[in-house]
Amino acid sequence: MKDKLHQLKLKYQGTKMAPAFNALHTFLYTPNETTHSGAHVRSADDLKRTMNTVIMALVPCLLFGMFNAGYQHYSAINGFPENFSLFEHFLTWENFLVGIPTILPLVIVSYGVGLAIEFLFAVIKGHEVEEGYLVTGMLVPLIIPVDTPLWMLAIAVAFGVVIGKEVFGGTGMNILNPALTIRAFLFFAYPTWMSGDKVWVHEAVERAGTADAISGETVLGSLAAGSEPTFSLADMFYGFIPGSVGETSTLLILLGALFLIFSKIASWRIMVSAVLGSLAMGLIFNGVVDAGWLPTYSKFYTLMSFPYWQHLLVGGLAFGIVFMATDPVTGSQTNKGKWIYGFLIGFLSVMIRVFNPGYPEGVFLAILLMNVFAPTIDHYVVRGNIKKRLKRLKTATIYPKSSDEVDSLKTETA
Amino acid sequence: MGLLSKKDANLILDPLADNNPITIQVLGICSALAITAELKASVVMALSVLFVLSMGNVVISLLRNVIPSKIRIIVQLVVVAALVIIVDQVLKAFAYELSKTLSVFVGLIITNCIIMGRFEAFALGNTPGKAFLDGIGNALGYGIILVIVGFFRELLGSGTLFGFKVLGDPVTKTGLYSIGYENNGFMIIPPAALIVVGIIIWVQRSRNRELIEEA
Repeated sequence: MKDKLHQLKLKYQGTKMAPAFNALHTFLYTPNETTHSGAHVRSADDLKRTMNTVIMALVPCLLFGMFNAGYQHYSAINGFPENFSLFEHFLTWENFLVGIPTILPLVIVSYGVGLAIEFLFAVIKGHEVEEGYLVTGMLVPLIIPVDTPLWMLAIAVAFGVVIGKEVFGGTGMNILNPALTIRAFLFFAYPTWMSGDKVWVHEAVERAGTADAISGETVLGSLAAGSEPTFSLADMFYGFIPGSVGETSTLLILLGALFLIFSKIASWRIMVSAVLGSLAMGLIFNGVVDAGWLPTYSKFYTLMSFPYWQHLLVGGLAFGIVFMATDPVTGSQTNKGKWIYGFLIGFLSVMIRVFNPGYPEGVFLAILLMNVFAPTIDHYVVRGNIKKRLKRLKTATIYPKSSDEVDSLKTETA
Repeated sequence: MGLLSKKDANLILDPLADNNPITIQVLGICSALAITAELKASVVMALSVLFVLSMGNVVISLLRNVIPSKIRIIVQLVVVAALVIIVDQVLKAFAYELSKTLSVFVGLIITNCIIMGRFEAFALGNTPGKAFLDGIGNALGYGIILVIVGFFRELLGSGTLFGFKVLGDPVTKTGLYSIGYENNGFMIIPPAALIVVGIIIWVQRSRNRELIEEA
């Protein structure tokens, strides 16, 4: 199989479809050629392995999302079980059978449309297919509501890949995170499918207005409406709450984060600083409420008095911090820059969450905004470093390194 | 083009494509973003600019030898302002609803860079006849982009063209809407115009590679 593929590659070399073929070839096996000129670093992880590692970190979230889709569906119909049991109520085939047929098509459409466009551009422009879409294609189904119509998703993916990435020159050149561009497009184009209390539960839209109507409001949604959430903290942490497909389970996201940090794929600096940023903003809001500056009838009261650390458990904040903010292409590159970049993402996410009148979520907007500022942050960090080093050079006295050099210098000057 | 010499014809044809004020010179973007959510508004805006630019070019060209160059910008402003007020009053009298949609953007024709640009670059140095053709050409080049952008934004954003429901009725679910189609709310907001204009620029430059600036 491997040798046959190598031979086939030689046969197609130079033809128009070669990039498309090479993409599949190198996805399955390491290429049989090596670089011949110049210095190069040998490493086990190329772009494809990096992407696959992220996808592995996302799989638990996806599987959980499938169970949760069914769980939310049935608990909206039958009422929430009083004494919840993981194996009796959550990990059941019934839940999974609702989840697979609703979520798998999202994954297929996301990958199908996105990769088709990537291959098309590679063939037209004659470059190799880049692997950037592998992760985007997996992220997209995880950050949208379960019942998003497939044609909307297809249009959004086409928009995100072409306008968000290909116009800038493809993978590695994009300014904005493509998955979030797709999410933002869907949100602004079809707001009724992206927010409200009908979209988070499977079949809630079709049943609206009938006797069987069901609904499920996200925790943030009910907070924005001024009512206390009905879910326990454990539910929020484990993820048994309505929300986008893969964002609900903080526990599994945390596992994914540890995996990514351990394999050194994602930056721990961004994750830690983003968590700190969100906690800081949450504390400020809590402080304002505790100090009594905010009247209880204010429409921001419930969201602002929401305990600061619980912001990390609900909505897409945890998911965004771990899988979106750490995108190496659109994030800051310098270590100091990563701290600033991450902190502001957390800070702004919670701020937008509280003050956004139309939609109680702000993670994707905060990350997109900071994507735009990331190069600026890096620029000033680098400039600051140059200045510091120049100052050090000015005050430094330069001594010869060893006594041998001193001797040789003496003989030269003598 | 039997009526015009080749050189004169180019005055009109050049700005339509290869020297388009919006897509090549990137002027007049502000109004192109603001008022292209409906095709009707785009067409009226294009006609208003056509009137102001062609008339203004002629007036400036007639005055070109008597305007002291130190105060020429002020003179130009007076001429545009006078013409814009005429357009504004006509719209208010005969198309009040439309003038409300266009709101300040009729008044802001005064600051449209295309107009001042053509006065400075062309009308001040050419005869009235040529200046008139140049004005028509540039206004048409501007208008053509406005109409294209307006067409796509109204069709995709509201499902209508000139207010006619060409894709069916979204409320009673007829036509395309009966199979689950929905209007794209993103196309209504001004940033969408920026992207549509960007796509037009992209298409134009990949068809004619000579237009691509060197990086």
